[in-house]
Amino acid sequence: MTNQTNPEDLVGRGNREGSKLFRQWFAELDETAQQGGQSAYVFVMGSFNEILKTFDLPVVFPEINSLQTAVRRVAHEYLSEAEDYGYSPDICGYVKADVAIQLRDGEHPMGRIPKPSLAVFTNACNTYIKWAEIWERMYQIPIVTIDVPGTREADGQTWRGDEDFENDRCYIEAQTKELIAVCERVTGKKFDIDKLREVLGYANDVSAYWARILELNKSRPSLFNALTDGTAYLGVANGFRGTRTGAEYFKRLVEEMEYKAKHGIGTLADEQYRLAIVGVPCYPIFRRFTELFTEWNGTFVASTYLWFASGGANRGFQYDLNKPLESLAEGILISVRDAMDSMFYQDRILADAIDEFALDGIIYHPIKSCRTTSTGLADSRRYLAVKRDIPSLYIESDMMDRRVVSEAQLKNRIDAFFEGLASRRQKASIS
Amino acid sequence: MSTRIFDEWRDQSLDDALYQIRETVEDVEFPTVRRWRETGGRVLGHFQTYFPEEIAHAAGMLPVKMRGAPVESTYADSHFGSYLCSILKTSLETSLAGTLQLDMFVTHPICDAARNLAAIWGRNYDYPCQILYLPQNPNSAHSAIYLKGEYTRLKRTIEEVAGREVSQDDLRHSVVVFNENRRLLRELYTIKRETPWLVSAEDAYCLVSIGGLIPREEHNEILTTLLPQISGRDAREQDRIRVVFEGGFCEQPPLDLVRMLGRTCYIVDDDFLIGLRWITSDVSTDSDVMFNLAEAYIEQSSYSPVQHDNRKLKEEMLRQRIQNSNADATIVAAAKMCEPGLEEQVTYTHMLDAENIPYFVTEFEENMTSFDNLELQVDTFLENLLFA
Repeated sequence: MTNQTNPEDLVGRGNREGSKLFRQWFAELDETAQQGGQSAYVFVMGSFNEILKTFDLPVVFPEINSLQTAVRRVAHEYLSEAEDYGYSPDICGYVKADVAIQLRDGEHPMGRIPKPSLAVFTNACNTYIKWAEIWERMYQIPIVTIDVPGTREADGQTWRGDEDFENDRCYIEAQTKELIAVCERVTGKKFDIDKLREVLGYANDVSAYWARILELNKSRPSLFNALTDGTAYLGVANGFRGTRTGAEYFKRLVEEMEYKAKHGIGTLADEQYRLAIVGVPCYPIFRRFTELFTEWNGTFVASTYLWFASGGANRGFQYDLNKPLESLAEGILISVRDAMDSMFYQDRILADAIDEFALDGIIYHPIKSCRTTSTGLADSRRYLAVKRDIPSLYIESDMMDRRVVSEAQLKNRIDAFFEGLASRRQKASIS
Repeated sequence: MSTRIFDEWRDQSLDDALYQIRETVEDVEFPTVRRWRETGGRVLGHFQTYFPEEIAHAAGMLPVKMRGAPVESTYADSHFGSYLCSILKTSLETSLAGTLQLDMFVTHPICDAARNLAAIWGRNYDYPCQILYLPQNPNSAHSAIYLKGEYTRLKRTIEEVAGREVSQDDLRHSVVVFNENRRLLRELYTIKRETPWLVSAEDAYCLVSIGGLIPREEHNEILTTLLPQISGRDAREQDRIRVVFEGGFCEQPPLDLVRMLGRTCYIVDDDFLIGLRWITSDVSTDSDVMFNLAEAYIEQSSYSPVQHDNRKLKEEMLRQRIQNSNADATIVAAAKMCEPGLEEQVTYTHMLDAENIPYFVTEFEENMTSFDNLELQVDTFLENLLFA
């Protein structure tokens, strides 16, 4: 990473440096695989990078590996292989792509993926648990669930000082200590609490900067496309959480965004429509999907994906380094719970985002592969339509499986949506 | 018990009593629940699979097992997207259509779809709509303590809805009632395993299922009265394949499918409505009953694809179920679009291949009405075994 601050180089720096870091990360994983080194398989919603980095364990995000096969247009090969192995066409495409990667001994378009030494996962997505059970059988490795109780009912979050909150927090703290014992056993290293403090400090930076970046996109014009650019930043936020590299990257990204905000440099030359997208990206046609909106000068200023798939880092929770384990448990509870809220109760958050981000419309994108993020979207849309006067579009596709992605149908619906937005704006200007 | 809501089976012959039970289980108007409400009773609807019904019972509420229904999703369809299992939609449908009216709804984090239900329900109803976070890390030494806290939180809401406090003695009394219920259900399953010719697959299913629709005291009366009569039946064993049915832990196969299977084989064990049979032995009534109930969920329990426990590898649990019931073969089913069920099919079939245990893989949906093809396939599978 350079210290270049020339304005011409500043704009777009985050994307360039993010790509470089991503390639570097996969190169390191490839090297680990070649050398037969240890790795931990983790997931984006509650990766526990904070603990795993303390043990210097390379982290593998199978979700990211899988989506990369879709972005690189080879997912169908992996999906078919897993289906031949016995998995149904009706289950999560991420799981199936990963199963095929494992059956191929780690072969992946970005390099070889190391085998797991252990797997750590929360219950933020139930499929995480079923997925880890597959590795448990394939490799006979320890798999560790960190159970994070979510919000029990709408607007029912509890906070520090509440007995229910403390019950949940103590449960997570106990599980974290049990995870540490497993890490000690797997790595043969003794837990170092001072190193944890260091890692937590970097994680604090990443969380604070991540929250700031999302906040900055309220600017008009918006500074980055939350679906494309945002997803690239998200990869770094997950992979480099708890590291100096991650903290420095986001510090520089904030610098870039603040510069763009100050100088009115938007992601589109002529921003006409500010949109939020609810759900997971359509990776099989990742760029093209976004173009279907940008061609109408519409851009995504917010995305629930950047909330839940960052494990709730959008809350910017700051760990208390004087009470590292207690605070880690509290931070995981609040952040991962928030990630789940962004999937199940996003109607509440979107109602506020309409004003905060000056939204012109909301795009709901349920997908076949993911019931966690998709099951409630139709109902959520109905609810919000009653509460707020906001146009919305409901389009179904998939994050992995191009067999259920129809670009022509998507374009038809999206074009009609923008025609409606234009008509609405015209009527508003007349009245 | 002050309110009786299911009398149709009383003073009937065994066959007529079983007929009345089948009719009630199949009635998509939920007449027993309606009667309960008509007498002023409060209803807590809980989605699959397990719910600590003792807590609702102790508060004087009727806990009702939400297991979908074979109905069209006229009202509910617009609340859901595609690619989802039927039980989600029909459970909401029964509520939106007004056939199953609740005072509280509880779902569980059993799968990615079901965990959305608290939010969906809550956007449509003003009464408490919650998710009960049963522990998904039962291997943590702290999980029972956590679950006791979670049950205590749940109890507070139930008390508000019921309008009365639940004492330790109330809870102890309910645990005694449910322990008796579990003992009777175990007795029913002993009959299925040891003398399956004495009770048809559909009657055994309905004898369990009716329990989720009536007070447990009434269910206990039914089982106490009918099980001895079933055991005393004069029926002969037939030359049929003994089968374990796996895949009924959440969405239920239509009763006609169970009936069809029962015509061609003996279902000697299964996971139908496993939540009603989740706890496998008596819950202690000593000292801290709430803790005992929580601990039983973890330490005295069955298995299903939606409960993770490092000590209970699902394929090993299925292998034991087959072995303990002396089954010849297994039907490995999954509800359509049921992700955990479909994923577990792979695990199960790999084990069954390795153990050389015959199996038949299929999918079902609660709304399916045609079984001709399936019956032909099952018949062929069983005949192959019978005449091998």
